[in-house]
Amino acid sequence: MSDLLQFLVSGVTVGAVYALVALGFTIIYNASDVVNFAQGEFVMLGGMISVAGVAAGLPLPLAALIAIALTAAIGVALNTFAIEPARGAPVVSLIIITIGASIFIRGVTQIVLDKGTHRLPSFSGDDPIHVLGATVLPQSLWVVAGAVAIFVALWLFFTRTLTGRAVLATSNNRLAAQLVGINTRFVMTLSFALSAAIGALAGVLITPILPTSFEIGISLALKGFAAAMLGGMGNPKGALAGGLLLGLMEALTAGYISSHYKDAVAFFVILAVLFAFPRGLYGSNPVERV
Amino acid sequence: MSLLQVEGLGISFGGVTAVNDVSFGLETGKIVSVIGPNGAGKTTLFNMISGVYLPKSGRVRLDGEDVTGLRPDLLAVRGMSRTFQNLQIFHEMSVLENVIVGFHMHERGPVLADLFGLPGSRRRARAAAEGARVLLERVGLERAAEREAGALSYGALKRLEIARALAARPRVLLLDEPAAGCNAVETEEIDRLICEVAKTGVAILLVEHDMKLVMRLSDTIVVLDHGEKIAEGDPALVSRDPKVIEAYLGAGTTEALHAHG
Repeated sequence: MSDLLQFLVSGVTVGAVYALVALGFTIIYNASDVVNFAQGEFVMLGGMISVAGVAAGLPLPLAALIAIALTAAIGVALNTFAIEPARGAPVVSLIIITIGASIFIRGVTQIVLDKGTHRLPSFSGDDPIHVLGATVLPQSLWVVAGAVAIFVALWLFFTRTLTGRAVLATSNNRLAAQLVGINTRFVMTLSFALSAAIGALAGVLITPILPTSFEIGISLALKGFAAAMLGGMGNPKGALAGGLLLGLMEALTAGYISSHYKDAVAFFVILAVLFAFPRGLYGSNPVERV
Repeated sequence: MSLLQVEGLGISFGGVTAVNDVSFGLETGKIVSVIGPNGAGKTTLFNMISGVYLPKSGRVRLDGEDVTGLRPDLLAVRGMSRTFQNLQIFHEMSVLENVIVGFHMHERGPVLADLFGLPGSRRRARAAAEGARVLLERVGLERAAEREAGALSYGALKRLEIARALAARPRVLLLDEPAAGCNAVETEEIDRLICEVAKTGVAILLVEHDMKLVMRLSDTIVVLDHGEKIAEGDPALVSRDPKVIEAYLGAGTTEALHAHG
């Protein structure tokens, strides 16, 4: 029983991070139909830049803020210099551009920062909390709370503000959005900035638990992608559900089968979703009136 | 100089001239209709005026400013809105939200204020929602405000699209077959709506197949055939024009346009 609880706790923690990565995929996909495989690099950058900031003597909150702002700027640059110039290219080409961008970001990170593996200090100590025989790291609570806060904030943004509605409207029907005066290019820029900032925040939150290095982005991108597919690409609710489910499946596989198979779960999920229900849990059925 | 001035617009697709050298003007509060047999180039002309196609020749001027080929969002900012024959609706958003999005231009504040939910942002969102309800009432959709737009009937969607276009407070409104596919009652409602909108000082450019509607509403009618303007004038004049009758009914026919009504 306490084993199970322990697995669930670690599953939810990792799942919250996957959910944030999946959310990043969702936002950019909605604005542009592009699956941005550089999403994992945003998480990596969030962790790595904060580590560099702390090493330079900055207090952790300031280092984290700088990391998030810088990563958001890198996200905007990715859109401006790599995606925007290729406007009108087939979506597959745009996706390949994002893969290229992720390799580029990884390379630059190695050179500008370093190739080492780093951890951030926990936000509020490392004394575990005991709950029904399971131990919970305080940092896990930070991760989960951070993810919840972001989802709530984004939900409010999309449903309560005109800018948020403009983003939704653009993803729903780009031409109609332009007709009412929405600058859809600006919506793209905003989406990349938001996704990058969310990825970076996820990186900051998780780095005290999972050590970071320049190469963690690939596996995070793949798992976030699996989570987004599982939830239904393009649906924020799906990103949350898919991320948590994937995290739980991984933790249970690692606990009850073998930790060697842990990373295979994500690939199994991608295949299963593609075969059985390609739209995912919350995927919509596209209908067009003619 | 008219509010909207179309000067010598022309375009061809793969060597076929779709529209050739069409000119006309549109004044504040007036309704101008573009009619013509199928394939005459009405929708193509519309798409050039509204920035969907880039014309090969000619200019579009809005209040004297050259707006030829500008992106739809930039045209909207300058006061030109349009609707589409095959509807451009945010199907997955509610009816109310569709119109709220239309207020984007006028109620939008700084993005950061919206991201962090500052009070000004909430006030603007409320103002947009109130404005949207007023417009929904005007087009007779206030009861459907909370429904998902995709669930509305065709005629209701047509009115929703007009309400959304009005939210942008256009000076020029381009309506592409607003009554197409509507039944008699729905056509009547749209007829009334267009008149009301024109009375508020909006210049309206209409493409429409329903001849009764066109004859009743228009101040001026522009007739296209094979991409060329063959007549222009008030309804009575145009309906007696032999060239127009010939274009619609074929050479040698003496029946007047009323047969179409």
